[in-house]
Amino acid sequence: MIQIQLKHVDMSFHGRPVFQDINLEIAKGEVMVIIGPSGSGKSTILRLIIGLLKPTAGEIWINGEEISGYNEERMNVIRRHMGMVFQYSALFDSMSVGENVAFGLRQHTKHTEEEIASIVRRKLRMVGLTGQENAMPNELSGGQKKRVSLARAIAVNPTIVLYDEPTAGLDPIMSNTIDRLITSTRRRLGNTGVVVTHHMASAFEIADRIAMLYEGRIIETGTVQEIRNSTNPIVQQFIYGRKKSGTMTERGLDQL
Amino acid sequence: MKLCYVVYGQGGSDLLVALLESFGRRALQLFETAGQIVILFVQTLQQMRHLNIRHAIVQMSHLGVDSLPIVLLTVLFTGMVLTVQTAHEFIKYGAQSSVGGVVAIAMGRELSPVLSGVVVAGRVGAAITAEIGSMKVTEQIDALRVMATDPVAYLVAPRLVACVFMVPVLVVFADAIGVVGGYLVATLYAGIGSFTYINSIKVFAVVNDITGGLVKSMFFGGIIAIVGCYKGLTTASGAAGVGRATTESVVLSIILIFISNYFLSLVLYR
Repeated sequence: MIQIQLKHVDMSFHGRPVFQDINLEIAKGEVMVIIGPSGSGKSTILRLIIGLLKPTAGEIWINGEEISGYNEERMNVIRRHMGMVFQYSALFDSMSVGENVAFGLRQHTKHTEEEIASIVRRKLRMVGLTGQENAMPNELSGGQKKRVSLARAIAVNPTIVLYDEPTAGLDPIMSNTIDRLITSTRRRLGNTGVVVTHHMASAFEIADRIAMLYEGRIIETGTVQEIRNSTNPIVQQFIYGRKKSGTMTERGLDQL
Repeated sequence: MKLCYVVYGQGGSDLLVALLESFGRRALQLFETAGQIVILFVQTLQQMRHLNIRHAIVQMSHLGVDSLPIVLLTVLFTGMVLTVQTAHEFIKYGAQSSVGGVVAIAMGRELSPVLSGVVVAGRVGAAITAEIGSMKVTEQIDALRVMATDPVAYLVAPRLVACVFMVPVLVVFADAIGVVGGYLVATLYAGIGSFTYINSIKVFAVVNDITGGLVKSMFFGGIIAIVGCYKGLTTASGAAGVGRATTESVVLSIILIFISNYFLSLVLYR
């Protein structure tokens, strides 16, 4: 069953097109990884899916509802079933780790404080941060912040979790930890995942399918194996980080 | 255009056009900002049904109670200097029995609300913009929206309520301390009798002098909160953006306080 669908989506900022005619289907329960060079509009796709941005043209379907025309109030109903891990974590720095994770529960559920404390403990344990409820975000390392951000995103058991560059700026060991958390989260909660990254190792680790965004278009979509075996020279260059003679434009090279 | 061509030649014409364009652009920006501030105010009123009372009380403490010392200090010395200036002149003309009344009316109608507004704009308006602005540039505002929480309801509404209710409370204390400052100077420095000063207040000042000032201060509180939040929510990226937004917030709030004070005085004290 298709849970997220982008149909002929165009997006431009101040008249400058970011991408055109994007078509993407993401099935319920699958992890779709969107790869592409920096500045290709990968994060913009996540922001469109969760309604932080409106497309210039085209349709965005979530659970059978076309949401591109929704106002903030109607969008909030959709967002209650979604979570997002931000590139720089975006933790509320005036709140403790526990309060961050509890935020969505306090805002939108009728759980008692004891129940909320129990859920927070459980989610923090899932991301390997047991007993860190009272720490403040500025006391945490980058990897710990990402994990709190993940715990906060999954606190309300969303059916869709979006990850914006979840391993950016982390060392390889922590990147691998985050990758495993994304996989284990999906296994435990059965949620759909959309991950934006330019780390190919992460993409191959966590993806069911991969879509590659390049110069405003999705140039390839397929399973991990299909992407690995792609004959598209741009995909090959992005995966292996080297140029086959004559395969890419100068512009592409600059971006890579 | 023909006239300016005759007077200034081609170069002058270009200069004038550039000046007019620049002026027009600024005017458009000003109207756009004004419109967006009004829209934010209307949205905030619409979100009042979702107001979290606990948040509003926390903000009242942050924004109101914590501002009390600096407001009292400012207005105390203003009451004192006002008495220094008026007492000498009034005594010259044998009108020392009017000093208390003049100080009380000036404090109640204008000085307490305006100075409290300016102090709160500098302290609270700047803090609101810096806090919300840094949330904006670190994607915390987006995180609120992602978690199905309207930033206007969550951030703006409690601050608006806190400012609208707490600035008048500050002004009540400011009125009292200003008159007390005037009393100290009048009796200890200018040689005006205690009874004369107090009696003068009873004779000249009326309740409307106080209530009018309180009404004004509610408007000032609203201006400080909405401008502070608006500038925070529209902060450009980066630390420099937060700094610029904070400065703009304080400057715009103070300008609007002075302008609205004039029109409010016209309406309230006709």
